[in-house]
Amino acid sequence: MQFFGGSEISPSPPVPTASGNNAHMMYVFNRNGVCLLYREWNRLLHTLNAQQDHKLMFGLLFSLKSLTAKMDPTNAEKGNLGVPQLSGQGCSFHSFRTNTYKLSFMESPSGIKIILVTHPRTGDLRESLKYIYNLYVEYVVKNPLYAPGTPIRSELFNTSLDQYVRTIA
Amino acid sequence: MDTNDSLRVASLWHSMHAISQQLSPTTGCSGIELLEADTFDLHCFQSLTGTKFFVVCEPGTQHMESLLKVIYELYTDYVLKNPFYEMEMPIRCELFDINLSQAVQKDRVAMLGR
Repeated sequence: MQFFGGSEISPSPPVPTASGNNAHMMYVFNRNGVCLLYREWNRLLHTLNAQQDHKLMFGLLFSLKSLTAKMDPTNAEKGNLGVPQLSGQGCSFHSFRTNTYKLSFMESPSGIKIILVTHPRTGDLRESLKYIYNLYVEYVVKNPLYAPGTPIRSELFNTSLDQYVRTIA
Repeated sequence: MDTNDSLRVASLWHSMHAISQQLSPTTGCSGIELLEADTFDLHCFQSLTGTKFFVVCEPGTQHMESLLKVIYELYTDYVLKNPFYEMEMPIRCELFDINLSQAVQKDRVAMLGR
């Protein structure tokens, strides 16, 4: 079982100057923490190297999910903090916002996590993330040459993703 | 949720807050202000000294930031100005609790009125 291995940055296209992308960057992880895709359109600050950045992001999401499951006021019976949650189980967060960015998160039942980092005044991106998951299914999963659990290297997926992200308000 | 769990959640939140600053695509990030989940929202306010106040509410509740600022004022008035309060210890000031419940109650009434 691969864990935190083989994550390489897909080459990001040159940032278009006229119609800039609205999103800063995007991550796709599988359930083992392997970073399947990292796209960067508009990132000014790089604090860590790529590997550490991915691990930190995955760790942050894992802990936040655990925290939301624990803090859920509607759920009477809560597990202990740190217990790994199955994909659909328990309350999960779908976004968080800071003063400089907004992070939107979606997890599929198979454990594929899609993360989109945008500017802070973005609206609810849950539908957009579902659409991106559909793109993933169409261009990546249905590709017979793609091995699950490895980084995504599909030009079609990358271009359609770029096009779609440009249209997100 | 007992005291131990509250402490665990609080320390987890503190670390998450710090990590979110590390992952920011631009400079000047001051940590998570709002966390939206399926069944609740969590608003967080950070004072200049790094003390974090967070409130859990129904999804889509408005004006939580102003409530947090009011709570911060109550904190400075009833906790910090209390000569028997030791810094970094759990807050056990009766006046603070009373005023806190009043402020939340007032906010709830105002919410129903809006």
